[in-house]
Amino acid sequence: MKHLTEYRDPILAGQYLEEIKKTVTRPWTIMEICGGQTHSLVKYGLLQMLPKQITMVHGPGCPVCVTPTHLIDRAIYLAANPKVIMCSFGDMLRVPGSEKSLLQAKAEGADVRILYSPLDAVTLAKNNPDKEVIFFAVGFETTAPANALSVIQAHQLGLKNYSIIASHVLVPPAMDALLADTETVVQAFLAAGHVCTIMGNGEYYPIVEKYKVPIVVTGFEPIDLLQGILMAVRQLENNEAKMENQYARVVRENGNLNAQQAILEIFEISDRMWRGMDVIPQSGLEVKEKYAAFDATKKFNVPLKETKENETCIAGAIMKGLKKPLDCPNFGTTCKPSHPLGAPMVSSEGSCATYYHFYSAIKETETAEA
Amino acid sequence: MQETTEQNITVKMQLQCPMPKLDFDIITLGHGSGGQLTHQLLESGVFDLLKNEHLNTHHDGAMLQLKNPVAFSTDSFVITPIFFPGGNIGDLAVNGTVNDLAMCGAIPRYLSLSFIIEEGLTMKEFWEILVAIKTTSEAAGVLIVTGDTKVVEKGKGDKIFINTSGIGEVHPNAKISGSSVAPTDKIIISGNIATHGMAIMSVREGLEFETALESDTCNLSPIVNTLLDEFGEDIHFLRDPTRGGVATVLNELAKDCGLGINISQNLIPLNEQVEGACEMLGLDPLYVANEGIFIAVVNAAVADNVLNTLRKSATGKNAAIIGTVTTEHPKQVILTSSIGGKRMLNMLTGEQLPRIC
Repeated sequence: MKHLTEYRDPILAGQYLEEIKKTVTRPWTIMEICGGQTHSLVKYGLLQMLPKQITMVHGPGCPVCVTPTHLIDRAIYLAANPKVIMCSFGDMLRVPGSEKSLLQAKAEGADVRILYSPLDAVTLAKNNPDKEVIFFAVGFETTAPANALSVIQAHQLGLKNYSIIASHVLVPPAMDALLADTETVVQAFLAAGHVCTIMGNGEYYPIVEKYKVPIVVTGFEPIDLLQGILMAVRQLENNEAKMENQYARVVRENGNLNAQQAILEIFEISDRMWRGMDVIPQSGLEVKEKYAAFDATKKFNVPLKETKENETCIAGAIMKGLKKPLDCPNFGTTCKPSHPLGAPMVSSEGSCATYYHFYSAIKETETAEA
Repeated sequence: MQETTEQNITVKMQLQCPMPKLDFDIITLGHGSGGQLTHQLLESGVFDLLKNEHLNTHHDGAMLQLKNPVAFSTDSFVITPIFFPGGNIGDLAVNGTVNDLAMCGAIPRYLSLSFIIEEGLTMKEFWEILVAIKTTSEAAGVLIVTGDTKVVEKGKGDKIFINTSGIGEVHPNAKISGSSVAPTDKIIISGNIATHGMAIMSVREGLEFETALESDTCNLSPIVNTLLDEFGEDIHFLRDPTRGGVATVLNELAKDCGLGINISQNLIPLNEQVEGACEMLGLDPLYVANEGIFIAVVNAAVADNVLNTLRKSATGKNAAIIGTVTTEHPKQVILTSSIGGKRMLNMLTGEQLPRIC
């Protein structure tokens, strides 16, 4: 398939690996920020192919995983209303709230639908005037423009029966928080290419400056990742800290200005709770007061329950790169995608779920034979 | 649209089997009551369309005689949409059970056929499904010998559900079992993967491609028979990777036979459009449902010959050897990725859901 196969080329991959091996002289710890990148690293077997000196740690970059439990509970509460059609992206449906997931709510009779675009939810609202259509708007800066556009469109159409539960998190503040942590092991970042496609690279220069840590904006295909790692290793070996763009075929320096404008029209930046991590200042997007009629959390009165994370779960340490999924005693035993104890296991993009999907057979066989 | 022989037959059958004139257009609850309306529905042409000496007795069951050991299988079909590019639920209902029997190394002989119809299904739709059932069962050489029709209230079904059960006679040369699988055996896949599942998904998601994706549902029995005629006990294992896809079948096999399996991503046959659709929808083709293909595990000594035989047939023209059975990493499937990395290919956890990014 054109424009993909060339980024999955085994010969080119071998050349990049060789170059990385030639370049690296000391151990380095690099964090890929996005769950999609973790997924590719594991799916293509890249982690085993890298030289031993390079340790990849997996960042908190799965918006589905870090969606706070109380927001999922709200979505489930609203979905139980027979007047409501609750819509979201596919992998959000499996994530358990404090009692159940949206998929379970669907099995119990709630009208829950998987959509590929929030604009489809607007159409749904238009076609079902007697229903309340709610879009559970999850994501990083990547999905924010389309979610914002759905509100703009609903507003233009004069729809009174469309609203969103905004669960948007922002990547640069999370990177800042990770580096500010005194325990941090991260020596370089592969930044999320799709986030930069929207937002541009501007937000990373101050982080590079402040922490003297290389940041390489990187794509998601195996060749992208190998090239990104090579660029990071070169900087580390040369004792440099620069913002570099590996994903230049997609990412422009200033990003997509139209998309940014749509985000700014609908959302404002706020402090945000990240499941498994805590509140990170100025790391989320909330619907502006001007568009409160489209904010399901304000439009509907939902009783709030206190929710607690499992105490034995080491999600925080995993998402900060301090621990790996396989370091956790719960991994694959009491904690599985079908019964997740914490954030990184809840969605297929989470690092624990990715490891489970691609590694669990090892552990299961060992357990079975023990 | 590329026309296959089977489609030509269907068109011909529709011309030969025009829908009878009826005084009702839609199926209602009364048609499942067992009374006059049920008779009206069945006598309107269902019996005529599917007639054979067993069905003609109008008995509650069929009395049958077979010479060889018997394989028995059942399957239910609940697909949405019921009509899709390349076929309809009727084609699937026959091919699905016929293929399950073929995977036992059996020659399919008889089918039962049960409908659960949601009231409101149009007679036109039902007739089209029946014609597909007639065409596919005749092509497979199986007789529909017993059946049942129930009608449920609107909202209690999804247009139509079909169950078929089938019996077949085990091929005298067949010794198909997970326990026959041995180290160094080769794993062959008979055609492009994920075609059926993505044809259905593209209709559901309203995706349009330059050429429409079509389901590859077909009767696999003739090619399986040919393989058993030629290679007999060297065919160790057969399975059609329907729900859960290729990854699930290989994992089930590894666990059943207690051996390891190595496969290579680059050897797996996959149509470019199907691959594109999977990329767009965020799905892994190895977990997408198939209909018109099967996995064969065969003695390494005959693997190339099996491949040659397969490639000569229409159903097996894209066949490929995708991997090997090994004593290493027992009960696990290891996939060599397109860039040469190795990873575990695991079973699917729950439903495959599109990823957010």
